[in-house]
Amino acid sequence: MNVTITVNGEKTSHEVEDRTLLVHHLRDAVGLTATNIGCDTSTCGSCTVLLNGESVKSCTVLAAQVDGDEIQTLEGLTGEDGEMDAVQNAFQQKHALQCGFCTPGMVMAATSLLRENPDPTEDEIRMALKGNLCRCTGYHNIVQAILTAAEDAR
Amino acid sequence: MSILGTRVVRTEDPRLLTTGATYLEDLRLPELQGAAYATFVRSPMAHARITEIDVSAALAEPGVVAVLTARDLDDIPDRPAGAGAEPLLAGDVVRFAGEPVALVLTEEAYQGEDVAELVSVDYEELPVVVGVDQGLRDETLLFPGTDSNVVSTGGAEAFDDAAFADCEVVVERTIVNQRVAAAPLEVRATAAIWADDRMTLWVSTQNVHGVRDAVVDRLGLGKGAVRVIAPDVGGGFGAKIGADRETITVGWAARRTGRPVRWVETRNENMVGMSHGRAQVHTVTIGGSRDGRVSAYRLDIVQDCGAYIRLGTMLPNLTMLMASGVYDLPRVETAYRTVLTNTTPIAAYRGAGRPEATAAIERAMDLFAAEIGMDAAEVRRRNLVPPDKFPFTTKTGATYDTGEYAKALDTVLDAAGYEELRAEQRRRRERGDPRQLGIGVSTYVEITGGGPEAGETARLSVHTDGTVTVWTGSSPHGQGHATAWAMLVQDELGIPMDRITVRHGDTDVLTEGVGTFGSRSLQLGGTAVHNAAVEVKERARELAAEEMEADPADLVLDTENGTWTVRGVPGQGVAWAQLAERAGPDGLSADTKFATKQATFPFGAHVAVVEVDIETGVPRLVRHVTVDDAGPVVNPILAEGQRHGGIAQGAAQALYEEMAYDEYGNPVTATLMDYTFVTAAELPSFELVAMETPTSVNPLGVKGIGEAGTIGSTPAVQSAVVDALAHLGIRHIDMPATPERVWTAINEARTAQ
Amino acid sequence: MIPPKFVYRRAGSAEEALSLVAEYGDDAKLIAGGHSLLPLMKLRLAQPEVLVDIGRVRELSYIRGEADHIAIGALTRYHDLEHSELLAEELPLLAHASGRVGDPQVRHRGTIGGSIAHGDAASDVPAVVLALDGTLVVSGPSGVREIPSGEFFHGPFETALEPEELLTEIRLPRPASSSWAFQKLTSRAIDWAVVAVAVQGRSVGLVNMGSTPLRATAVERALADGAAIPDAAAQAAEGTSPFPDRNASTAYRQHLARVLTRRALEEAGSRA
Repeated sequence: MNVTITVNGEKTSHEVEDRTLLVHHLRDAVGLTATNIGCDTSTCGSCTVLLNGESVKSCTVLAAQVDGDEIQTLEGLTGEDGEMDAVQNAFQQKHALQCGFCTPGMVMAATSLLRENPDPTEDEIRMALKGNLCRCTGYHNIVQAILTAAEDAR
Repeated sequence: MSILGTRVVRTEDPRLLTTGATYLEDLRLPELQGAAYATFVRSPMAHARITEIDVSAALAEPGVVAVLTARDLDDIPDRPAGAGAEPLLAGDVVRFAGEPVALVLTEEAYQGEDVAELVSVDYEELPVVVGVDQGLRDETLLFPGTDSNVVSTGGAEAFDDAAFADCEVVVERTIVNQRVAAAPLEVRATAAIWADDRMTLWVSTQNVHGVRDAVVDRLGLGKGAVRVIAPDVGGGFGAKIGADRETITVGWAARRTGRPVRWVETRNENMVGMSHGRAQVHTVTIGGSRDGRVSAYRLDIVQDCGAYIRLGTMLPNLTMLMASGVYDLPRVETAYRTVLTNTTPIAAYRGAGRPEATAAIERAMDLFAAEIGMDAAEVRRRNLVPPDKFPFTTKTGATYDTGEYAKALDTVLDAAGYEELRAEQRRRRERGDPRQLGIGVSTYVEITGGGPEAGETARLSVHTDGTVTVWTGSSPHGQGHATAWAMLVQDELGIPMDRITVRHGDTDVLTEGVGTFGSRSLQLGGTAVHNAAVEVKERARELAAEEMEADPADLVLDTENGTWTVRGVPGQGVAWAQLAERAGPDGLSADTKFATKQATFPFGAHVAVVEVDIETGVPRLVRHVTVDDAGPVVNPILAEGQRHGGIAQGAAQALYEEMAYDEYGNPVTATLMDYTFVTAAELPSFELVAMETPTSVNPLGVKGIGEAGTIGSTPAVQSAVVDALAHLGIRHIDMPATPERVWTAINEARTAQ
Repeated sequence: MIPPKFVYRRAGSAEEALSLVAEYGDDAKLIAGGHSLLPLMKLRLAQPEVLVDIGRVRELSYIRGEADHIAIGALTRYHDLEHSELLAEELPLLAHASGRVGDPQVRHRGTIGGSIAHGDAASDVPAVVLALDGTLVVSGPSGVREIPSGEFFHGPFETALEPEELLTEIRLPRPASSSWAFQKLTSRAIDWAVVAVAVQGRSVGLVNMGSTPLRATAVERALADGAAIPDAAAQAAEGTSPFPDRNASTAYRQHLARVLTRRALEEAGSRA
């Protein structure tokens, strides 16, 4: 079937197998590989992208289901000059990533959180990140980065 | 001012945060164009004889490139089929659920699982061995023809009870250090090509050289015939050391079929195929006097090996070596047995043998303290190795380089507000609060940079444009070497970090190297880089002397701006670019290898505060305070990051994680829905206190920090859970301290009272 | 992991969904958010030949205050329930419980109707609907029927829904008592409830205490008879036979039901 999705502001159109998962579609057909696959069971959140501005796990969404929708991936946060946005920047400043594998999903989850709750408490951040696993950081610096990004936005 | 010790943000991050890293699955290289996709057919049975494999239906599918089984492995050297020897693909017998039986190669990635389902394997069930107790009974042997499932033993041949004869108090207990999964977020992955009689492998690994050597050995290739490249690697935690059977099989399949092959496993495969860690059962015996002095300690280890020998025969040796921890104990006895079971093989997981040693001695100290009715921190204090005894050789043969154990303990107790915590605990007990408070204290020492004779390599080149390339034999996968190594070079050469590129992970560029594991990178790899910089600096001094027609001894490098001047002579001086030019075609570079005879012994102390809901049994970690001393810190944010991650993993072992099997050998925690990988919602922010005691083992004075957090946190958190319930008479709860396990312990204690 | 092959059909309206389901019969499965079905398909535990996607049937996504009840479209997402001002005002129990389902990503996709139709006793919202005496509105080839929530859940993953029917609306009467509470115990915050208890007034719903969501009828009876909270809560496990699993034995689940029911009743009482 044909699937048309606006990805990071650009319209894309591809012929796909009906069973194509959104995450594979983004990585293989659209060619954006920042979004990772970590668990297959919609637990780890590595594949988190924004669907019409809200975080979803793209390993548990069919490409077909989002035909006509808007998707934003990590690549879409970056400015045209390569400049990082507030969340990306805070992740670097606070050392909120080590191996970087959970990072694209973590940043998108954080972005979604801050859109819904611009001034979260530490507890709210921790609860909002429960669907994003990280094995490297113990989450400490990720929480700090999101607090910092929220503060910077004020 | 030196850049060392300052909080420099990582230079790696902008790429990882904008386009994402390039992990193996992200590779879009021309060499891998048209690669076939590999899918392993895995055994659903824990122990069975394979009576037939029918691949005809699979082969009949369009788009199937090949279906390969053990029978096709006729072009590689024979291996002695001794007990514990692991094949590439299972031959006549499968010995754990998830063992690879066949390899399917398809044109399209999406076909792999469909086709794998069409490979028909007939199994004849065999009796299953799960758990070390069953393994030790030897009623079912994993390798018929042998006389026991025990594949390795070591330490004391017989324990001597006389060691405890003069003790006023002796406590003995069997405790479990459960099997856990490393679970890096990036699963295992390999891509392989065979071209011009040469194999190139891209592997998600912690050590390209180790992978190369394993592939060369197993496939019978010449050392020069294999090149291994590591792309970005999404975490390893010990479980990506070396070449797993799947990686070697994928390489072999590329040669066999002449097609590039790429393989990325699923998480489900990762949970059963990647080595598990820990999996020891300890019987600890501790004895001493009522004034708190411990005079004898015994550690009897049974190591679950899993179905094949990966590191199951090595790990308990490390556990024995570190058995007596930070304590000056007059008599120590250790022994181990490693036993085969029908489960996923065991290998390294963050700490690898040392967390087990610490968990055992720290539990023993708690049991001893409870028995004599003394504060657990105080009992520890009375037995610590004092600072004036270093270097200190333990009864198990480890020589600790430097340590300030009492200072670490006192510092962490102070930072945690230990006395106030105890007061709060008393208040909650007095008012019968349903949320009881537990305070767990652990002290630890561990060994890092083990196997220091192997050392580490580095190459440093200053280019004619004044930039620097550093190649390191270390193999970072999140640790931040690109930043830290550049800091070391800037500090020595005065060339700013942004002109320094750090590269790693290609056996064709640095043909020798060791990799990143065992907290060895900074002390060995970092020192190699530092030494390369020193060598280059000395060469540059000579070149600058020629250029300026001065005595080399009079030349001074200004490390603030990276220029050489002659002492006492005003002027612009010479820049690095000029010297690189002058060095000629061979350039201004150095190859180094740093090796030493001594490992290092970082140490520290942790305090965990846990609330236990005594009605439901739910424990919750509410604070975790640590002192982790690994000597001088190059970059505090990197060191803290290592500690944070380690604390979380260690706490998770205490409270949440376990790879569990049912009685049939089926793994019941083979997805991340079932395996309770800890999330942000279960953890507090951590409170870290800095302490730096240098070592004299290397010129940087540094020790390793990668595993310390894990080693210190597990016993502290476990102890805190028990401590919250101590007033009920509870002395021990095995890990993970799940709500039901805690509730059961409370019930049993109340029934007993 | 990849789901096995299937044919994807998208329904633009409830009517179209019904005709697609009628066309494909037993071979078809309805998919809304997909967070129950797709993981099962990826594990190859479910292999429907046709997926009928009703995720775009916007007409079934709403929260409306009617004269004597709140009407919720079956395709209303957890996220919308969690943030609904109307629910915060009128049915805070449902808003709160919805906000504790899964994680934010799941709540951005998962729907109340999908959860109820899936019939998983470990799901939170079915027990909440049960405690609220909800009515389920179902469309099928023979028209519309209303099923009281007490008659809807038949067994593990079994409901009163016929294969060619579509759950369209959940009707929840405005509760007589404003006191409410939701107590949930999980291994990790992200996990399904080991046990959860929903209380509205003197109605008590139990999550994961058997093969279907349950009402703690013995507790409700005791409360009606004027029993004190601890005495009533002590009967929370009466008549239940929860399945033992890795997280909890039957006895532990029954214990948790008693503790969480007591806490929920006390918490609700503090809100009254």
